[in-house]
Amino acid sequence: MSGCRLLMRRVAAVRTCQALVAPRASWRLLRTGPPRRSFAKELFLGKIEKKGVFPFPEVSQDELNEINQFVGLVERFFAEEVDSGKIDREGKIPDDTLEKLKSLGLFGMQVPEAYGGLGLSNTMSTRLGEIVSLDGSIAVTLAAHQALGLKGIVLFGTEAQKAKYLPRLASGEHVAAFCLTEPARNDAASIRSRATLSEDKTHYVLNGSKVWITNGGLAEIFTMFAKTEVVDSDGSVKDRITAFIVERDFGGVTNGKLGDKLGLRGSNICEVHFENTRVPVVNVLGEVGGGFKVAMDVLNSGRFSLGSVVAGMLRKLIELTAEYACERKQFNRKLSEFGLIQEKFSLMAQKAYAMESMSYLTAGMLDHPECPDCSIETAMVKVFSSEGAWQCVSEALQILGGLGYMRDHPHERMLRDARALLFLEGTNEILRMFIALTGLQHAGCVLTPRIKNLKEGRLAIALETITQRMWDTLGRTVDLGLMDDPGVVHPSLGDSVAKLEENVYNFGRTVETLLLRFGKTIVEEQLLMKRVANVLINLYSMTAVLSRASRSIRIGLQDHDHEVLLASTFCAEAYFQNLFSLAQLDKYDPGNLDEQVKKVSRRILEKRTYVCAHPLDRTS
Amino acid sequence: MAELRALVAVKRVIDFAVKIRVKPDKTGVVTDGVKHSMNPFCEIAVEEAVRLKEKKLVKEVIAVSCGPVQCQETIRTALAMGADRGIHVEVPAAEADRVGPLQVARVLAKLAEREKVDLVLLGKQAIDDDCNQTGQMTAGLLDWPQGTFASQVTLEGAKLKVEREIDGGLETLRLKLPAVVTTDLRLNEPRYATLPNIMKAKKKKIEVIKASDLGVDLSSKLTVVSVEDPPQRTAGVKVETTEDLVAKLKEVGRI
Repeated sequence: MSGCRLLMRRVAAVRTCQALVAPRASWRLLRTGPPRRSFAKELFLGKIEKKGVFPFPEVSQDELNEINQFVGLVERFFAEEVDSGKIDREGKIPDDTLEKLKSLGLFGMQVPEAYGGLGLSNTMSTRLGEIVSLDGSIAVTLAAHQALGLKGIVLFGTEAQKAKYLPRLASGEHVAAFCLTEPARNDAASIRSRATLSEDKTHYVLNGSKVWITNGGLAEIFTMFAKTEVVDSDGSVKDRITAFIVERDFGGVTNGKLGDKLGLRGSNICEVHFENTRVPVVNVLGEVGGGFKVAMDVLNSGRFSLGSVVAGMLRKLIELTAEYACERKQFNRKLSEFGLIQEKFSLMAQKAYAMESMSYLTAGMLDHPECPDCSIETAMVKVFSSEGAWQCVSEALQILGGLGYMRDHPHERMLRDARALLFLEGTNEILRMFIALTGLQHAGCVLTPRIKNLKEGRLAIALETITQRMWDTLGRTVDLGLMDDPGVVHPSLGDSVAKLEENVYNFGRTVETLLLRFGKTIVEEQLLMKRVANVLINLYSMTAVLSRASRSIRIGLQDHDHEVLLASTFCAEAYFQNLFSLAQLDKYDPGNLDEQVKKVSRRILEKRTYVCAHPLDRTS
Repeated sequence: MAELRALVAVKRVIDFAVKIRVKPDKTGVVTDGVKHSMNPFCEIAVEEAVRLKEKKLVKEVIAVSCGPVQCQETIRTALAMGADRGIHVEVPAAEADRVGPLQVARVLAKLAEREKVDLVLLGKQAIDDDCNQTGQMTAGLLDWPQGTFASQVTLEGAKLKVEREIDGGLETLRLKLPAVVTTDLRLNEPRYATLPNIMKAKKKKIEVIKASDLGVDLSSKLTVVSVEDPPQRTAGVKVETTEDLVAKLKEVGRI
């Protein structure tokens, strides 16, 4: 499938990925050592890379004071000036609200200070994301502008390009958009837009159509991706993607009409067409032919902010819904006394706790000077948070019942806004494949010599593997060092840690078996890779939750006993889910119904109908 | 005229949107973990001072607050709104409850003299104690004229024209500088500090001193006896005629 080829290429690009966000120079150390090993990748080898995740990242008191001031300000602004109901009904963010957002400085959060922005670290941007999330349309507009639209310039722009474009983008005078997706194909590698170098080599002529472009109608500056002819080192001429900074003023840029969307109705999402647009050669972003890497790096770095955005939204939702549940009576008892309602609150709290923990853990990783490749971690945060959002908002609406369905309450709008998260910024299906494949490839490289030996029938290795497996089935106790003395996890979480370590070990074994079974063809086994990704997401969230709870206990944070409860409940549930998924990855597992599933869908898709005869039909 | 200097006093209070709860021991209200922010009337005072500075009528705006270390957050907000520097008169948290209008007025009077300011601006009252005394006491201690409940302030040379909102309507005063002004709701609408301004404010200085450095005695002759919730509203009684009403009132001992 071409989708899988794309994934392999993305994986290749990712392996060469460096630190993803320009850090605030004055406060961040220079990189002094080799990049750390990626936590997620090491999990595929059954190892827990402690350094990256324990202890839970801290910010200095100064940074915290500053960020709290920012938060106070933005919270107040949103409470007093933003009418989300109105934005949803009218399908537009009012001009004066947009102007105020710009004057507050919110359009320049991720632009370095030197160019007029706030130069916020990932951690601080994540914190502010929690407040901006109060309105989905505003959150998406700001994200598309800075996490995507101008991020390419921040990461790959030359000094001249940064100096020319970033100041006005930071002030909001210009808005940015990210133009990658096209109508014909969904994978980034096979776009059709074309940029042809002019005869005199001073400019490119750009032609192409892009769809689903957030801020497409508002933007003056576009990060645009098109195919260019590149002469390879061996002299052959190939088509490669190049990234360009395109100004609307270059001419030939038009917009399609605004889509009529289910949710995020205040956001501006439309088609953008480029017809014979002249782009000066100095506006090439990064290297000619290096556009794919630009695209992937920008997308990878923008993705994880979703975690805090959803967590912030869930916190508000829990408060709102709890007020209701504690006041409303049914059958002469308050709703809050019923088990099925209580279960929903527990679910929302656990999900929010895990999302917050994962977001700040990942932000801390990205902010660290020896930042490893965090593309898997950011993808996991996105998948977990988007699905958590959809599930939790639906449950909260359910608690309100009919009232939740009415437009007077925010729940229905939040549900509609949340639905988009499942396919925005990379559909969760593609991201799961990305997560699984990237890790499998890493494990594959490390394990290849061993697997080769096994396949060649080297006796010593074979014996070693067999004895190992025997011990596994006899139930070995796993100790990966998290509870060592001094341990990195607080003893009161010992039970959950044991579960995590056991899962990680078994996961490593399972990965090895899968690689042995399939080798490179694992790329085609989406249903298996789905389970691999799910286990990994659970492992990461368990780790994040344990790391955060440990810190809370250690420093004596308010209500840390409640955190321990949340953490251990969450880990227990994830543990059993993992056991289930891992069991199904076994070759002969009777619970694995993948073959049947595929057979059913094959018939349906062949005939493009439901296939079965009607239950009332007769044969005579 | 851009030689004038202004001192603005700001108070950190529980945020107006928070639901107040009385402590079980009745010594006060719960403040731990509760959201605090700058007193809304103090914000109006800061805004007025900054506007005067923007009109180049005032050269320097100094923000001051008395209280525990968290007051510095409030001073920083004032700095982010446009004040030039801050002074934090530090009072340990345990003693902060006993610092009332008279004590703050003593501090402000001493600071006004030390900093040689021409204008002292404050909010008319704080939303936690509703005392409405600090500005008046400060003027008294300094023996300066005062314009309270200001809804409009105009500088006219060495005089200050203050329009006051009083129960009977509007009263206009002309005060000779130096003077004390307390601000009322309709004076102005305070600006949002912007994120870039919050960052720039970090470079502005906050001087931390103790009341004793100013030679001020913070002792109070008042003690809080108890803090209680207002009584729950009970249902009223409906009557048919005026005679019934008079009879009922006599019954309850009201007349």
